Amino acid sequence: MEKHVVVIYPHPDDESFGAAGSIVQFRKQGIPVTYLCGTLGEMGRNMGNPPKANRESLAEIRKEELLAACNVLDIEVEMLGYWDKMIEFEDLTEVALHIKGYLDNIEPSLVITHYPGHAVHPDHNALGKAAIEAVRMMDEGERPVVWAQAITRDYRETLGEPDVINDVSDEIDTKMKAIFSHTTQAKGVLSQFTQGGLSEETIQTEIKKRFSTEEFYIWDFHM
Amino acid sequence: MKPIDIADVQAYLDTFENKPVYIHLETTNGAYAHHVDEKAVNAGAFIRNAKVVFTRGKITGDNGTFRVGLKLDSGWIYTEGLTDWTVTDAGELLLAGHDQEGRLFVALQISERPFRYE
Ligand SMILES: [Zn+2]
Repeated sequence: MEKHVVVIYPHPDDESFGAAGSIVQFRKQGIPVTYLCGTLGEMGRNMGNPPKANRESLAEIRKEELLAACNVLDIEVEMLGYWDKMIEFEDLTEVALHIKGYLDNIEPSLVITHYPGHAVHPDHNALGKAAIEAVRMMDEGERPVVWAQAITRDYRETLGEPDVINDVSDEIDTKMKAIFSHTTQAKGVLSQFTQGGLSEETIQTEIKKRFSTEEFYIWDFHM
Repeated sequence: MKPIDIADVQAYLDTFENKPVYIHLETTNGAYAHHVDEKAVNAGAFIRNAKVVFTRGKITGDNGTFRVGLKLDSGWIYTEGLTDWTVTDAGELLLAGHDQEGRLFVALQISERPFRYE
């Protein structure tokens, strides 16, 4: 059994779309989970429909949504304070050391992050790289296991069968509740992954199917 | 934000003329444009807190979308596709263009103090 799980993603909502099911499974076993959230997603373009946020109010609104989602998932959250879209332009070692500070403190047995180079959004790739670098900096015997999440369309063809394939269909209702805690984001993000013209019911079924599996690659520090 | 009223926005623009102001200018089609449609290219740019002085600021346009031009001593700042506007409690003038799903694709913001940057 895991001792403590640390989830490291750059945006409020990555935790809900990406790993909420696995997180709920850990929490059901009483394992503490901490989310290190890189930015406040302050440069996002989804403002709610009709727009509820604006460029200046978005950070505060997404922070509230993040806290609500973490409340649904029953996890701790730490905000790292980077500027949305700009993580790849920070110094990698500096970001890695920043993350390592949290890891040294929490001493997790498992870290979940994005798979660098296979995570679509530049922030995902950059923070995933920094998170893995943070773990690499630790003494080999002290390192937590790293689950890296790829989200490109063709990651299975490129990277092969994932090492961890979590069926989270039993946790899907909590996962959807966490996703919809991100009020300004959920619909806009989900609509990108469903074709137009479908009935609300079909969309719901489609979404549940899509988000009922969470896949990760176990990072190999010897490659 | 609310739909742009040309006269109201023009009155606000006038108050920023001929003094140092901070500009936030951005355009984006989203970080997932290419992910969603392989033929699409992610395109975007932003400048946050460029300090400028403009000698004339003007809003034009019709049919619900508007353009703003700011004339500088040595150049221009231009934005098109603006649909909505508001003024924050801090006195920042925010102009933005939203698509049918409420997503922001362009923004021009003017303030006498820097916009939040950390
Ligand atoms: Zn993200």
